[in-house]
Amino acid sequence: MPEKNYSEINPAWEGRKPVIVGFLCNWCSYRAADLAGTSRFGYPATLRDIRIMCTGRLDPTFVIKALREGADGVLVMGCHPHQCHYDEGNYKAMRRMALLRRTLAQLGVHPDRVQLGWASAAQGALFTETVTAMTERIAELGPLEWRDTIEDIAPRTPSPEIEEVAHGK
Amino acid sequence: MASNGKPKLALYWASSCGGCEIAVLALHEKILEVADAFDIVFWPCAMDFKEEDIKAMDDGSIDVCLFNGAIRNDDNEHMAHLLRQKSKVMVAFGSCAMEGCMPGLANFTDREQMMNFIYHDSPTTDNPESIEPQVITEVAEGELRLPAFWNTVRTLDQVVPVEYYLPGCPPEAKWIEVAVGAILSGELPPPGSVIGADVTVCDECPRTKSEKKITRFYRPQEIIPDPDICLLEQGIFCAGIATRGGCGALCPQVNMGCRGCYGPNEGVIDGGARLIGAIGSVIEGRTAEDIDAVLDTLPDPAGYFYRFSLPHSLLRRVHLVNDNGRNVAQPIKEVPRLDPSLNE
Repeated sequence: MPEKNYSEINPAWEGRKPVIVGFLCNWCSYRAADLAGTSRFGYPATLRDIRIMCTGRLDPTFVIKALREGADGVLVMGCHPHQCHYDEGNYKAMRRMALLRRTLAQLGVHPDRVQLGWASAAQGALFTETVTAMTERIAELGPLEWRDTIEDIAPRTPSPEIEEVAHGK
Repeated sequence: MASNGKPKLALYWASSCGGCEIAVLALHEKILEVADAFDIVFWPCAMDFKEEDIKAMDDGSIDVCLFNGAIRNDDNEHMAHLLRQKSKVMVAFGSCAMEGCMPGLANFTDREQMMNFIYHDSPTTDNPESIEPQVITEVAEGELRLPAFWNTVRTLDQVVPVEYYLPGCPPEAKWIEVAVGAILSGELPPPGSVIGADVTVCDECPRTKSEKKITRFYRPQEIIPDPDICLLEQGIFCAGIATRGGCGALCPQVNMGCRGCYGPNEGVIDGGARLIGAIGSVIEGRTAEDIDAVLDTLPDPAGYFYRFSLPHSLLRRVHLVNDNGRNVAQPIKEVPRLDPSLNE
């Protein structure tokens, strides 16, 4: 699949492309990704996929850490309802993701940056559609760049003397 | 060591409420032992020493500095650097210095929005001349200076290296005794340690706990809780499941859910994320609509999860966007809902 020029969608992408961290469950969505590969379905090279045993294993820390370390979005994918290998890991993921997205919105992370989806091992096409749609949405939203928020420096102070005090010299 | 052979102790408050100072006095008669054992060289709350006295001391000549309060302005930061330079051991004393605590809630907004609300927009403000505090004000007698207010509240260890942490808002006297005892005996834990319990508040809470299935949350004024059953099972938000114990579960015992002031347990990177995981696993609902209905009864989740720890969390503050060279906080007002397609 030819690489898009994302800066045409949002000029803030100049020089880089979106990075999405994917947490895929071992039994369904990771296999859907495998199937997409063996079926030679094309999708944007924006996803860094990480295999987890179950979406119920997903500690919200993983999602938050990915955003802090530079991801522009996080995609969590598991088994459809009633199809969890461990009975109800996907329901737990749904509840946690609902709570996490509400919390992150209050912290200024657009809910479309943190998405949850399902794909069975037979749904390679659904997997590629989901990744493509999410990439397009993230491209519109622009880069997240959380490091800039963390490195928020003190507002410019009015005199060099105060600058000196502020930096403990 | 002072000439009298006693180790030197400094206590300081930065951006704090003064509760930590009261916690030190809550040692009751043991405070006399502290005064006997240490040579107190600096304690603005209780004794008349000045910054100049500290500046005149040799570097590293204070044995222990108990520093409470978050870093909110340039004066806080300056004192943190000065006391670090003069102290052998720096202790982040209390939740503000350790995690940001209440002052850290300012990280849900930014400096400008806060100033606007406090000095102009709040319903009780009467400020017809639109006066705002200035860092420097010229008066006939000379120049007056106020500390410069930062955009972001930081914890002590984000400004200077810290050896030990004493959690709690405020720390319980029992743990202050443990810390002081360890310093006096020289049997200190490895640097970087939190001096506190290694259990959660639930372990210390006497309430009966069974399977948790929350169908809705109640705010404290909406319910009279059963005195013997776990508060969380009754739908009252309680952070005890993901909060370090050591306090003796004081709040749950008076029908108030744990607020989370002791911070996360050992090895946890982000206490708020841990709470999301824990609370998320005990609510009911298998469809997008049911789950959202339960969560609609829990307003302000970020406030509950990061009440004490926002500046020390992974994200540290609300997202900042650059608006004409200024860093402006930009939360999302709309409450996100689960996509109904997740039901299939």
